[in-house]
Amino acid sequence: MGNRRRFLKKKPGEGHVPSPSLFQKYALTTPDTRPAIFSFCTDPSSLPDWQWMACYLTTGKHMSIYWSVLTVLLLLAITAPAALAFGFAGASAARSRIAPLSWLGKGYIAIVRGVPDIAFFLFFVIALDQMIEYVRHRALCPDWSEPIRQGNDFVVCAAAKMPLGTAPQWVHETYGFFTAVFTFAIVFGAFAANVLFGAMRAVPRAQLETAEAYGMSPRQTFMRVLVPQMWVYALPGLSNLWMVLIKATPLLFLLGVEDIVYWARELGGTKTERFTEYPHGDWRMWYFLALLVFYLLFTRASEVVLERIMARLTLGQATTGGEAQRKAA
Amino acid sequence: MKSILLSTVAVALTATFALADGHSVVRMGTEGAYPPYNFINDAGEVAGFERDLGDELCARAELTCEWVTNEWDSIIPNLVSGNYDVIIAGMSITDERDEVIDFTQNYTLPDPSAYVAASEDVDLEGGVLAAQANTIQAAFIAETGATLVEFATPEETVAAVKNGEADAVLADKAFLTPIAESDADLVMLEQEELIGGGVGLGLRESDTELKDKFNAAITSMKEDGSLNELIAKWEIGDGF
Repeated sequence: MGNRRRFLKKKPGEGHVPSPSLFQKYALTTPDTRPAIFSFCTDPSSLPDWQWMACYLTTGKHMSIYWSVLTVLLLLAITAPAALAFGFAGASAARSRIAPLSWLGKGYIAIVRGVPDIAFFLFFVIALDQMIEYVRHRALCPDWSEPIRQGNDFVVCAAAKMPLGTAPQWVHETYGFFTAVFTFAIVFGAFAANVLFGAMRAVPRAQLETAEAYGMSPRQTFMRVLVPQMWVYALPGLSNLWMVLIKATPLLFLLGVEDIVYWARELGGTKTERFTEYPHGDWRMWYFLALLVFYLLFTRASEVVLERIMARLTLGQATTGGEAQRKAA
Repeated sequence: MKSILLSTVAVALTATFALADGHSVVRMGTEGAYPPYNFINDAGEVAGFERDLGDELCARAELTCEWVTNEWDSIIPNLVSGNYDVIIAGMSITDERDEVIDFTQNYTLPDPSAYVAASEDVDLEGGVLAAQANTIQAAFIAETGATLVEFATPEETVAAVKNGEADAVLADKAFLTPIAESDADLVMLEQEELIGGGVGLGLRESDTELKDKFNAAITSMKEDGSLNELIAKWEIGDGF
């Protein structure tokens, strides 16, 4: 504490501060100007335990972990339907009668499922980012003469940067977030495609023959008979994928998005009193315990919802589950 | 005629450079987990010696700077692929790193690396020593007879000593001093290792203009003594 106060002195005329950025708002030189959530948080070292805890859990740093929970939930909310869309497109393509389309679908499923997630995340995202910048570079800076690859460096003109170097930090973060969504959707889409491909084949042949006998075109048979019936076969596989996706979010850090696990490790680490108002020992165990509870509750909630969906989908189906429902009714 | 031609060339060159190094915002990449060099403070912002230093350097070089954090393991690849423009993360200048990126002049003197252990009688020759991966300390232990265990974050290297996984941790003295002082279970050994050539800013090799600007700013801070003030304030080691 005493040490920190000593640091605050500044010579007059020295240290001209550049225009405030996101981070500079709360720089170390003004640690106490941020309005605390609770009015009693001015001198944490003198507080009783529960108040200390209340102040500790509402520091700006802890707000970051709460935000990251929302980030992860938002990511899941966007990624799940996106992955399903990729999966549906992949499965439909794979069973297409047009050969090249079928190769494309099968190739997508085989390649993405075969590559380790981490390798895919590191390689694909960098390649995607550089491809976007390369295309923008070609379009926006036609008179650029220097090579784009200079040894290890990937150099494009400032106007082609994605996002622009001048963009505020939140734009960078949003861009990173959506690259993450896109990458997750492609990876999990491939697995979903395989599940849906199998589910489409599991629909009883008799159902499709009946549709044909009624004079439906292949397209109508697909949309009106096959697709509505396949979900009941797909759901167990898709629910597995959903559970894996929930737990895959720490991969986000590879993409520069700070997720819950990153913050739990950072916040739980030992803090010495020179660098914080809230010194504590190695509390990582408690933070990870909280994560454990969070993930378990989340998984449980998912299970409940999935069970309901399953009951709904089984209704009137020619499966054992559907038969049981019919008898019970 | 000749002078017109020359001035055209000059204008064209300046224009290219303005485009090439048009760093209206310079993004500073740091680790945020290595106090006192850099850490995340209670408000959730980057703080530490390098935060103060970086802001002052940017002010002197008349640049607008923005701070971002990145994991240590991927801090060089992400600089090279352009996610940020500068590495300011307590990174010692070494030959291996210099092959991939460029460094400014050093802004700290070589800080001796120290050992922190659970007790004084540790076998540094044949014991198990912890260090952060991809650091000069990890490279140093790998050369000795001791067994090296590597961790992704500095925090984990210290935790490894506390839970007995490693006999001692080797890291920059400035990082270990506050830890050894505040924890009764840990002692700092007298033996120190002089490795590394001081800490500098890391930049892309193609970014020569930005490097010159930062070099000039560091020189001016060395000359007027403000760098030494920062080093003393954050207890980084000896001043210049």
